[in-house]
Amino acid sequence: MNAARKVAIAVVVIVCALSLAANRLAPDGYAKQFREAPSAPPSRAHLLGTDELGRDRFARVLYGTRISLLLAPAAALVSTALAALIGGLAGYLGGIWLKLARAFTDLFLSLPWLFLLITVRALLPLNVSPLVSVLITFFILGVLGWAASARVLSTSADALRNSDFVLQARSSGLDGPRLFLIHVLPNLKPVLYAQFWISIPVFILSEANLGILGLGVAEPLPSWGSLLRELEGLISFREEPWRLVPLLLLIVVMTSFQLLLSDKEVTA
Amino acid sequence: MIGRQAKSFLRVNLKKFSFQRLCRIPAFLLLLVCTLPLSAIALAQNGGELRFCLRSEPKTFDPVLVDDDAALGIRYLTGGVLVRVNRHTQELEPELAESWKVSSDSKQISFQLRHDVRFSDGTPFSAEDVAFTMQRVMDPALHSSTGDAFRSGPGSITTKIIAQDRISIAFPAPVAGLDRLFDQVAIMSAHSPKKEGAVLGPFMVVEYKAGSSVRLERNPYYWKKDSQGRRLPYLDAIHLDIQPNRDVEMLRFRRGELDLINALDTDYYDRLAQTSPQFVHDAGPSLDSDFMWFNQVANAPIPEYKRAWFRSANFRRAISEAINRDDIARIVFNGHAQPAVGPISPANKFWFNSNLKPEPHNPQAALDRLKADGFHLQNGVLLDRNNNPVEFSIVTTAGTKSRERTGVLIQEDLSKIGIKVNLVTLDFPSLLERISQKFNYEGAILGFRNVDLDPNGQMNVWLSSAEDHAWNPKQKSPETAWEAEMDKLMQTQASAPDPKKRKQSFDRVQEIIYEQVPIIYLVNHDALSAVSGSVAGASPGVLFPQTYWNAERITLSGTATARR
Repeated sequence: MNAARKVAIAVVVIVCALSLAANRLAPDGYAKQFREAPSAPPSRAHLLGTDELGRDRFARVLYGTRISLLLAPAAALVSTALAALIGGLAGYLGGIWLKLARAFTDLFLSLPWLFLLITVRALLPLNVSPLVSVLITFFILGVLGWAASARVLSTSADALRNSDFVLQARSSGLDGPRLFLIHVLPNLKPVLYAQFWISIPVFILSEANLGILGLGVAEPLPSWGSLLRELEGLISFREEPWRLVPLLLLIVVMTSFQLLLSDKEVTA
Repeated sequence: MIGRQAKSFLRVNLKKFSFQRLCRIPAFLLLLVCTLPLSAIALAQNGGELRFCLRSEPKTFDPVLVDDDAALGIRYLTGGVLVRVNRHTQELEPELAESWKVSSDSKQISFQLRHDVRFSDGTPFSAEDVAFTMQRVMDPALHSSTGDAFRSGPGSITTKIIAQDRISIAFPAPVAGLDRLFDQVAIMSAHSPKKEGAVLGPFMVVEYKAGSSVRLERNPYYWKKDSQGRRLPYLDAIHLDIQPNRDVEMLRFRRGELDLINALDTDYYDRLAQTSPQFVHDAGPSLDSDFMWFNQVANAPIPEYKRAWFRSANFRRAISEAINRDDIARIVFNGHAQPAVGPISPANKFWFNSNLKPEPHNPQAALDRLKADGFHLQNGVLLDRNNNPVEFSIVTTAGTKSRERTGVLIQEDLSKIGIKVNLVTLDFPSLLERISQKFNYEGAILGFRNVDLDPNGQMNVWLSSAEDHAWNPKQKSPETAWEAEMDKLMQTQASAPDPKKRKQSFDRVQEIIYEQVPIIYLVNHDALSAVSGSVAGASPGVLFPQTYWNAERITLSGTATARR
């Protein structure tokens, strides 16, 4: 394990631990409005100051990190599972199935996902709590984000289908789901891991994009997307550099996720 | 000899020179002191190009078809009108009409026109042009929104040219505030081959680059002169960049590439005020407001018990009392807004009902009022008489920070009386579909940008049969007694010729809105603008177009002109 990977793991672990300890570190919570102190600079009471509505920015960063770091991997899991199912199976089955799956994947990739997300979100019921809305948002991201991974997986599975050891297994009488589960799927693992790790930052950024458009996680729940909205229209950072913390955190965590991939997964 | 003569000559002349010089220096300095301001004025009035941004593409240059902000601005700068509402005093002033008279039944208006006025192409102006313009404005095939304001009853208008400088226009039914409506009617030439290109305003459109810019130049035939007899406008040209991005607009203003920003958001205002306080202007409450309302549509797809809440005046009034408007004005708008009273802003000097005061923030009074309707608190949760927890959603436009923040403050305020609010931001088309077609929503927060001082402009909101009757539109007959009364009052004010009677009727409409709270008015935004130091003569106000309403008298300093 190289040093960069170790540092990346440490960073992710520390950030996760801090976000999980949010209740203790920021007991006032993310929603409490200190209306007498909106847009306050850092102080003992508010380590990163307050946002425009007087909410403690430190608390919001911790809770926002928790939400983004918990739900982005969950969305990545959903999308990778879908990709494995569609891409992996199509590659394994080959022939017309592979052609159909690729055509479907290409069609899905050509859809303007942002507009698709906005449309799907607009169709959802209005009376859901912020927590449910955030779950829905990330679930939609996961369900809509499988196509790119499926394409990679179908190619890998197609290559495996024609490999010597699969032919040998077939000649030994192994076929169908067993062959897929015992020989093909384990060999797809590096690709699956790589796709999973790659998807996490993609979903975090997707949510951030939605947040910047005001369509991300519902208020008052924070997420990295909604925290990044605070930077909207900011011309100079010199006066309030603490407002950059969510952005820096996003950059550090995203970079760490990229460094987490092993050489094998990078090659895959 | 020569030397002596020369010396005496020199001495005499030296004395003369010294004496003259002694006299001349103060005279010269005096002259310099006196002429410097004059030369500065001369320099300032010596043309130049004013630059500012339009936030969208103008949809038309035809003054009759104007319907969008960008085109309205261009029409204001290029169109000549018979009468003009002074954007500061809000009084009606003569322009192309020297005088006018409205008949006692408000069905007819006659104008005495100004002489020796020409369009920008030199075509003379006469009563024929007024008749031609009014026929176009009222042409049903053109669907002119300017014409809609004059349509108070079935039938067509009649124009009678009494003389080249006198015209009388008759309407089929009384038109309330008839004379003031002519502020929006830019006179077109009946004879000019340039059609809408021939204008009577201070500027004329000379170049339009789609998606990029519009260039206006001074109208050489503009009739107005200043007190010293100098022909207006002072500026040579106005360059309008089409720029929807406000960050870019702000950046260009800071760089000195723009001279004005017509309507600033509070964030931008405060940022600019930090570095250049001399450039920003807060003209006080504008006509614009933010408000929220509940869905009261009878067949809307919402639970019956919620519809019962929303249809209760007590419930609506309690929500209004529980909202802290002062905090919205202070926190969301950084103090550049005032708690709103009703549909008419205090900026509207004549029509505002000054007997009404903003609803004070009083959560206890709100709870007491709710108790009267059978609501009760249990473990911090408000329940109705059937023990349904009070929870509803409020939709608003995604990306409009001020409304989202307002929603979050309301969410917090209402949580203090046990009400759970789910704030939902939607893209505008989806929002519009929900609130105006499917009625699949519970509460909504939106804003109203008002350019019309006269309440007639709000007929489409307050009549129960109107499409924009937000809380329950297109009613076949008024569903409540107070809506029936409002219908009657609105029709009365629309047809009464006497402004005092009109005011009485509309004051009562404002009282009903205050009592019944079909719309919960939150704040009136301040009119914020920015004017660079190179601009002189601008006097930002609250009415559209805030910064350039007196564009013909605006001047640019020499340095700004030279910079370009």
